[in-house]
Amino acid sequence: MQTKVVKSACETCAHFNAEGLKKLGIHAENFDFVVALAGNPNTGKSTVFNALTGLRQHTGNWPGKTVTRAEGGFQYNEQKYKLVDLPGTYSLLSTSTDEEVARDFLLFGRPDVTVIVADANRLERNLNLVLQILEITDKAVLCLNLMDEAKRNSIVIDQRVLAKDLGIPVVATSARYKEGIPELIQTISEVANGTIVCKPHRIKNVSPNIEKAVKKLSKEIEKEFPGIANSRWIAFRLLEGDSQIIEALKTGELV
Amino acid sequence: MSKKNIEHIIELSNELRWQIGDDFHDNLTEGIYADAANIVRDSVQTEKGKKRFRLDSKIDKIVTSKTFGFPIMFLILGVVLWLTIIGANYPSSMLANLLLDTIHPALKSGASNIGMPWWLDGFLIDGVYLAVAWVIAVMLPPMAIFFPMFTLLEDFGYLPRVAFNLDNLFKKSGAHGKQALTMSMGFGCNAAGIVATRIIDSPRERLIAIITNNFSLCNGRWPTQILIATIFIGAVVPSSFSSVAALLSVIGIAVLGMAFMFLTSWGLSKTVLKGEVSTFNLELPPYRPPRFWRTLYTSLIDRTLIVLWRAIVFAAPAGAVIWLICNIHVSGDVSIAAWLIDSFDGFGWLLGLNGVILLAYIVAIPANEIVIPTILMLTVLATGMSGGEGAGVMFELDSISATGDVLRAGGWTLLTAINLMLFSLLHNPCSTTIYTIYKETKSAKWTAVASILPVILGFIVTFLVAQIWRLF
Repeated sequence: MQTKVVKSACETCAHFNAEGLKKLGIHAENFDFVVALAGNPNTGKSTVFNALTGLRQHTGNWPGKTVTRAEGGFQYNEQKYKLVDLPGTYSLLSTSTDEEVARDFLLFGRPDVTVIVADANRLERNLNLVLQILEITDKAVLCLNLMDEAKRNSIVIDQRVLAKDLGIPVVATSARYKEGIPELIQTISEVANGTIVCKPHRIKNVSPNIEKAVKKLSKEIEKEFPGIANSRWIAFRLLEGDSQIIEALKTGELV
Repeated sequence: MSKKNIEHIIELSNELRWQIGDDFHDNLTEGIYADAANIVRDSVQTEKGKKRFRLDSKIDKIVTSKTFGFPIMFLILGVVLWLTIIGANYPSSMLANLLLDTIHPALKSGASNIGMPWWLDGFLIDGVYLAVAWVIAVMLPPMAIFFPMFTLLEDFGYLPRVAFNLDNLFKKSGAHGKQALTMSMGFGCNAAGIVATRIIDSPRERLIAIITNNFSLCNGRWPTQILIATIFIGAVVPSSFSSVAALLSVIGIAVLGMAFMFLTSWGLSKTVLKGEVSTFNLELPPYRPPRFWRTLYTSLIDRTLIVLWRAIVFAAPAGAVIWLICNIHVSGDVSIAAWLIDSFDGFGWLLGLNGVILLAYIVAIPANEIVIPTILMLTVLATGMSGGEGAGVMFELDSISATGDVLRAGGWTLLTAINLMLFSLLHNPCSTTIYTIYKETKSAKWTAVASILPVILGFIVTFLVAQIWRLF
């Protein structure tokens, strides 16, 4: 009888399934899921992208390195995932080209899962973007990257509390050293397949009159587009007078 | 979904927008920050009393200080260039030996053995092959040294500090501080620098960054600067200082390019591209020790080979054109090249250059890196010197001093050398860059401005230098 040789403790873990993983590089045709990679500049998105796809895109240590979308893929448990690396942005509320690329993809590209890469050392600042993305999509994973640096800086993050507050799974990684990548892949597949259901955080601290206006407007939007995930975000944008969103609403691109 | 209902939603939003007042954006932003602060309070614990990022901030204090910031920048640039100049010499001559002295004659004799007609043999082997071989021999070694070093600096996190140091100068010239990053990319390749301007939010400042990127000496022009400086500038000082003098003059040209970039940015922002300087947050990322071998590998694959491939693609047809204009005769035995050189000579003299240089710059529009071989070949043709391999054959001379001899025989003086260095800095971008500018701006007008403005500046500067030089 042949027994499987167990090489390390990691391989017995439910989170680890090396045989199920195949890095596809740029050959991501006929994929089952689209995964977007978003996050602040300089949080190591491109490094996570490379770790997942096996590609070797150059990663520079300066904010704004990725100005265009990079695409790659991987296969996990017989399912193919197309991965799209978006330009790093601090916010989705302004109108620079790189922010538009990121926002348009999240909105119109309709990724099945959005992986938000955040710098564990600067979580508070990173959450600004995280909270905005959670208004747009309800299938997301927070990749808490640069954990090695956070450890050096004696920063301890309670991932369970964070996951509960944000309403999405949180995975700690050090992508440079490939730590946490198997867990990230497993989590992505669980969100994509609906095993994990997210209940994303919604922005709370807005003044009552704005909250009332947003509620009223998003109710109308939901009435028109039943089952829409980001009615609140569309309401925010309409209240801001975002002409691009108004246009998209008119042409029906949003649904 | 009906049109009427959509209109209703939009109308409702207009109405509500009116009601909630114009501090909506600020209120929303504050709300997000308040939420973020709450979440972090509950989940993140930092060790109290311990100061974070100590080493980082110490390094930052030095490299971004008012006193040391600029000297350190020039020192680093100097060291990178120095290593490139010194290190590229040996592999360059080895490659030249192999491609030009060994393979080329072998190809020639092979061609004559199979009875290839002289024009086909000349066109393919003396034109296309030699142009490509020269580009590889001259470009590959410096790129293979310069790009990885640049990438290591980039991975370490030095570039944002450069941007930080230069921010004030950019602000004063009415441009965006992030232009420092795109300018640095331009030192590698202008086309890459222009794509990188996408990080600049405001269209006005982005245009300024695109138009002025050409003032960053690109990889195709460094070898020209280095070679000419070594031959002519190095020769006017005692030989023990000659390489230092050459290095300093090349850095001088690079700094002059930056000065032109600031001046042009300032001029544009005061005239056709008026507007406010936008503020931005620049994060100084933590220093990260680069992963050395990984960096070498990616910079070789991502940058060096891609840029080299592009150069080869453009050099091949250029080589063919050079061979053709040297071997097609307009009247009697005057070739097109000789005729063009003759007609450019007067204008060239005004600029302290000559007809050969101007023609070489027209032929070399596709790729800056073939300027020097083209000049040498045309010089030999025009002066009727022996030493080359005949009409329209690009060649590399065995030693740098032999190159100097050819140029001096072609009537070159120190003035010609200085003005060539200036003109190499100030001339139109290469065709790839022009195409990239068009793709990024989608405007024929701005593409034309970005292409023609530097040539006009080049004409003015070289003209002035020549006139002042001749006064003394």
